[in-house]
Amino acid sequence: MSTSSSAFHTNINDVRVLPILEVKRETYTVKSIIFEDYLCSHANPGQYAMVWIPGVDEIPLSISLMGENESCRVTVKKVGDATSALHKKTIGESIGVRGPYGNHFDLVKGNVIVVGGGTGIAPIIPLIQRLFQIGSDLTLIVGYKNSNELLFYEEAMSLLRGEGKLLVTTEDGSRGFQGFPTDLLSEEISTDSFDMVYTCGPELMMKKVFEISENNGVELQASLERYIKCSIGVCGQCVLSPLGIRVCVEGPVLKSSILRELDDFGVFSRNSSGKKIHLQ
Amino acid sequence: MEPVLKVNIAGLEINNPTMLAAGVLGISHSSLERVFEAGAGAVVTKSIGISPRKGYPNPTVVHLGFGLLNAMGLPNSGIDEYCKEVIIAKEHGVKIVTSIFGSLPEDFQILATKMESSGADAIELNLSCPHVKGVGMQIGHDPEFIHTIVSAVKSVVKIPVITKLTPNVTNIVDIAKAAENAGVDAITAINTVRAMAIDIETGRPLLANKIGGLSGQAIQPIALRCVYEVSKNVEVPVIGVGGILNWRDAVAFLLAGASAIQLGTAIAVRGLNIFHEINEGLKKYMNKKGYENVNEFIGFSHKY
Repeated sequence: MSTSSSAFHTNINDVRVLPILEVKRETYTVKSIIFEDYLCSHANPGQYAMVWIPGVDEIPLSISLMGENESCRVTVKKVGDATSALHKKTIGESIGVRGPYGNHFDLVKGNVIVVGGGTGIAPIIPLIQRLFQIGSDLTLIVGYKNSNELLFYEEAMSLLRGEGKLLVTTEDGSRGFQGFPTDLLSEEISTDSFDMVYTCGPELMMKKVFEISENNGVELQASLERYIKCSIGVCGQCVLSPLGIRVCVEGPVLKSSILRELDDFGVFSRNSSGKKIHLQ
Repeated sequence: MEPVLKVNIAGLEINNPTMLAAGVLGISHSSLERVFEAGAGAVVTKSIGISPRKGYPNPTVVHLGFGLLNAMGLPNSGIDEYCKEVIIAKEHGVKIVTSIFGSLPEDFQILATKMESSGADAIELNLSCPHVKGVGMQIGHDPEFIHTIVSAVKSVVKIPVITKLTPNVTNIVDIAKAAENAGVDAITAINTVRAMAIDIETGRPLLANKIGGLSGQAIQPIALRCVYEVSKNVEVPVIGVGGILNWRDAVAFLLAGASAIQLGTAIAVRGLNIFHEINEGLKKYMNKKGYENVNEFIGFSHKY
């Protein structure tokens, strides 16, 4: 039985209710869910799907793999009600999917450096896959809290096939360099000449990545996270000040030229009532 | 000669008759500024209440192709927090109509007073939210209650007071007249139409709140009829809203008697440039028809 959608009869905005094909534990706190969906399997790196957990919530999740035969993967850390409910899902149970939504990373052929932190590594996997395909020279820095949380480290290693440079940091030093990925970025960027920096991870880390990139005159593409409700640019929940950028449709990937103008980047988010809150 | 698009809605002077509808984007001053810069004559804020509200869990919006179904649940940061957004938007010169909701006349009075002192150019009373209990539509069904709220707000503010009406009533003209008799300055018609969608795989309603309000293309003929009926039967100006997606739709609403129109779903379907596109379309239409001023054809269809 396949309920997967036909390319020509489905709009990205239609909710496709699909059986889960596989649930994979990636780390202590992170699981991946695999399903088949034509549209999401043709997403571009950096795009996200709205995943409906019937009776619970609907949340935006980066697509962490666009596979063959319409297979797709989303990867989720258990942080609240919706993510806990997703973690409890088993093979054959249904989720709803719409999308893919948002813009995507622009692929640059050249010498590029990618900085991922924590679950921010999810959208980075399809990104490095594509960058590798177009023949870019890749340096990848992945940062984790500790060695129990090495999300997609081995997958990244196998994607690079020994041709790129893969650096790992942990905050406690239990694997690789002890410290933050931005520590290594500072070193790499001062000793090599890069055409583009890509990043996804905690926003305070990305803000640091931005500052380092600016100081070294390298352009950045950062994938931001905000509370997304509608995903189609009408509800205003995810908007960034002062430009009024809607992360759900004009993001999630923002370039240096935009990031320079945003007072909110690395500082403020908005909670579900719309109140401005400090990022932590 | 360049056709004149300026309209004056009971003292609310706007450079063109396009407005941002309530509930759409208006959480932050930066969204209001952006929409205003994109060509809107005025912007209406999210509906703001006394205290912060989270709104409903997702799904809150379902894109149906022929319209949007939503039940946001009136999320808002509360009047005191929101006034900061209004003040900043006013510093940037935005023409701003503040939408408010509540359950008691005193709530509306507090909200309206605070909005006025923050610089709001007008107040729009949300008496018609179709999916939150105790506020909105339940009030909007009752002509007596509407009279009470409108009179209460009129007695405390000087800026124009607009009432937004629900179409989910037997006779919208009765409700409009109740507002007019209470001294309302203008009427916005219509809010969304109560509706739902069900996923047939799970059998579950798609909205977390099960029932919500339908906007967009599907409701346009309903909205047009309401604007026609209301504007024919009341003296105060009417602002038309409901499924306007392009300049042709906008012209039809003006012909039906709307002094201005509001856009919401069109932003999802056509993008933020829709305000500019509609204004350009209006000018072309006016040139073709020989109108110098947009006011010349507002309500033209009433004679038929």
